Amino acid sequence: MPGTQAAKTQGVLWSWLTTVDHKRIGILYGSSAFIFFLIGGIEAIIMRLQLARPDNTLVSAQTFNELFTMHGTTMIFLAVMPFSASFFNYMLPLLIGARDVAFPRLNALSYWIFLSGALFINAGWLFGVAPDGGWFGYANLSSTQFSPTHSIDFWMLGLQILGISSMLAGFNFIVTIINMRAPGMTLMRMPLFVWMSFVTQFLLVLAFPAITVALILLMFDRFFGTLFYAPSAGGDPLLWQHLFWIFGHPEVYILILPAMGIVSEVLPTFARKPLFGAPFVIFSGIMIGFFGFGVWSHHMFSVGMGPVADSAFSIATMLIAVPTGVKILNWIGTLWGGSIRFRSPLLFSLGFIAMFTMGGLSGIMHASPPVDLQQTDTYFVVAHFHYVLFGGSIFGLFSGIYYWWPKINGRLLDERLGKWHFWLMLIGFNMTFFPQHFLGLIGMPRRIYTYAPDLGWHFWNMVSTIGSLIIALSFVVFIVNVVKTMRSGTPAGPDPWDGRTLEWSIPSPPPVYNFAIEPTVHDRDEFWLQKNGDGHGGKPASRPRAATPQDIAAIHIPPPSHWPLVLALAVAVMVSGLLVSTYQIIVGGLLTLFCMYRFAMEHHRPAAGHGH
Amino acid sequence: MGLRGPSRGEESQTATMPRRFVSPSRVRAVLLVLGVLVLATSCGWSLWDSPMTTVRPRSDFGRWIDDIFMLISWTTLVIFVAVEGGLLYCCWRFRDRPGAPTPRQIHGHTPLEISWTVAFAVVLLILGIPTIRIIFKTQEAPAATDLRVDVAGHQWWWEFKYPGLNVTTANEVHLPVGQTVAFHLQAPDVIHSFWIPALGGKRDVVPHRVNRLIMTPEAPGEYYGQCAEYCGTSHANMRFRAIVHPKGEFEQWVKAQQAPPVESTDALAQQGKEIFGKSACVGCHTIAGVSAGVIGPNLTHFASRRTFAGSLMQTTPENLIKWIENPDHMKPGALMPNLGMTGDKSKALAAYLLSLK
Repeated sequence: MPGTQAAKTQGVLWSWLTTVDHKRIGILYGSSAFIFFLIGGIEAIIMRLQLARPDNTLVSAQTFNELFTMHGTTMIFLAVMPFSASFFNYMLPLLIGARDVAFPRLNALSYWIFLSGALFINAGWLFGVAPDGGWFGYANLSSTQFSPTHSIDFWMLGLQILGISSMLAGFNFIVTIINMRAPGMTLMRMPLFVWMSFVTQFLLVLAFPAITVALILLMFDRFFGTLFYAPSAGGDPLLWQHLFWIFGHPEVYILILPAMGIVSEVLPTFARKPLFGAPFVIFSGIMIGFFGFGVWSHHMFSVGMGPVADSAFSIATMLIAVPTGVKILNWIGTLWGGSIRFRSPLLFSLGFIAMFTMGGLSGIMHASPPVDLQQTDTYFVVAHFHYVLFGGSIFGLFSGIYYWWPKINGRLLDERLGKWHFWLMLIGFNMTFFPQHFLGLIGMPRRIYTYAPDLGWHFWNMVSTIGSLIIALSFVVFIVNVVKTMRSGTPAGPDPWDGRTLEWSIPSPPPVYNFAIEPTVHDRDEFWLQKNGDGHGGKPASRPRAATPQDIAAIHIPPPSHWPLVLALAVAVMVSGLLVSTYQIIVGGLLTLFCMYRFAMEHHRPAAGHGH
Repeated sequence: MGLRGPSRGEESQTATMPRRFVSPSRVRAVLLVLGVLVLATSCGWSLWDSPMTTVRPRSDFGRWIDDIFMLISWTTLVIFVAVEGGLLYCCWRFRDRPGAPTPRQIHGHTPLEISWTVAFAVVLLILGIPTIRIIFKTQEAPAATDLRVDVAGHQWWWEFKYPGLNVTTANEVHLPVGQTVAFHLQAPDVIHSFWIPALGGKRDVVPHRVNRLIMTPEAPGEYYGQCAEYCGTSHANMRFRAIVHPKGEFEQWVKAQQAPPVESTDALAQQGKEIFGKSACVGCHTIAGVSAGVIGPNLTHFASRRTFAGSLMQTTPENLIKWIENPDHMKPGALMPNLGMTGDKSKALAAYLLSLK
């Protein structure tokens, strides 16, 4: 096993920098995501403090605009997406019975490019020109005429870098899921988290090209004087909105589908029943992904598209509520007749269902264009999508964290603290965001750094701010929980929850090769079947035979590589050259080409050599 | 059905267990929560009466929207109660009990799942039909009899022109009650959104496009409006007022606006007029008979407006002096430059502007 030997001799840091192990990359993604989640949270708290009172002067208008731009960008691209990616990385191979992803070095490259893009966007803070155009960066406010500083450049180039990372990861997981499933794992036997992730990867590779195009046009406008979005020269700022939202709406499902997958794993485990109507849940996930590309203009009902387009996109949007509703009822069907153990992972999943339902229902309201004309760009919409993305995605992802933490870390998180975390988060969340529905209905627009005292908005704003502090407190509890149990928590053992899927059949944390013997799969709940039979009188499935030392010695593990890291650095040098000098672009470009070459040829061996 | 929970026998076993759900401490907790809720709602009872409320519509357009909103609200409330209630019921009814056997491994129930899929689709159809009717109703072409108001959204103030009446004003749009008005929306710089919540929905103001918003105000009053599309630094300060006049009053307002400004005899105001005429003010502002700038608001009848600078401040001498001395301090990013008008100069200018009734 060259991987573990290298780790011993070359030091811990180097082993992490050069790792191609999907589990370690998963941990890197997860910890980066959590740090950015905290940064995005701090940005949110500052905004809430500013809005706690009318005519408040805690931050300036400019700072506030930077805060909401970076809060949105951070939470979407640097927190929720990499959180999901950490589960794709760590769990997908385990759930499909594989030893790694299809392209381990490409996987490492995705992470390092993600990190350089994330740091690039945030570098704006250091230079005093943090992005301030909103996470949606509407043209023509983003033009050099109206945004002459580099603030938009940091955002635009950073997103381009992140796009590369998402595309690489998307292709990698598509290939992994199609090709690397254990024998017997047909598509319909794939666990639900794998299915929802599978749909997500397709959304990633189909949606990101749209924003890439939009950003390239913007880059040309800003750097080379083209006029794609300049209305005075016949360009069209609405072109940006169409391109952005045809990415942006699938993006919403990129954020929510992995969480739906997690919930679909957690509920069966803690209700001790299979997922109710799994094929319905799978197909509704596919339908959500498919319709997700046909509803983008519901973000644009107020731009004046005309009644026919308004009607068409309204109907499409209402249509997408059908598979979403189906999922919720199937989850409740899973609980029905179960024997529900209220451990912290399940609480977060229940929180997901309860809160996501509310976000879905308020979504139906502004699926109706006339109603949307009152609600869009108000706090009503802010409340709506926080119920979907916080009440949905974040609750779902934390359900996954509590669920899989013992698998990843080998020790259980503290249940008592976990419950404190959940209840504080649930109360704080509702206190923060439910009043924002009221605020929207009494006319409070989004993205305002201040408001007058005579509007009747101050009471609910104060409630909302207090709620946001309770959310912050809940994450303090979580951090205490992690620190406390990291070294001294109860050892989890391989199967602490009486799990149903393959990851629980191997030790916690899993060995570097995951499965000593490749499992053979007979059912979606394969491990449950191995333990209990199918529940209809069927016999338990056969377990893989015990591994011998020879088996383990014969396992091929990809060796570590530093080229992913170096290549990501070269890309960062090239892209940041756009803000520094043409020479840096050329040097960085040549460096990138060189690194790509070395990356490609690293394991190339002459035909006569002894390949693996 | 295959949907049954634990059998009757198990239920009677658990009935002998202490009923934890009705302990006095829990009753107290529930009462406390209820009390807090009542308090919170009574604090918010006047909630819907904000000058920017959307749920007390004061125009036909606003009413139609509110009707659909109410239809969807009640429908979703029913779904909400059913789903959340079902969820809570499941959590209570099927909670793990000591010694409970492994539940039956039910994989699904296809007819049931098909029926709730269809049920959702039917509900959405019910909501979709009136929606589409209102979409078309609210986007009809304007009639020739409509009062036309040309709205221009500037960073960060609003300009209103009445092409048929030859009136130009800023940050306050005056309308007669019961008269259908057609707003023609244009943006000379970036995208804004024109919104008077009490009079109905918003419509984006997009450069090089003319969007329309048509409505008939139904009750006199002063309604607040605000830009609803993020448009740069002082987006939050891009506010305005819609003043709906009772019958007859609007004509008086129009007459006053059409008249040339009254020449003030006040010495300070005269001095202010002189400063105005000699300074860079004239490059941006129009005052009928004095200057013809078009970048900033038309100031011909400045003193007739209740607020100024994107409806940010009441029109008082103190506010006006502060504004003239340092516009960026009052409205961050304001495009009106600081012309170094201080002391006597700003006082004189303020006196002049306040004489422009």
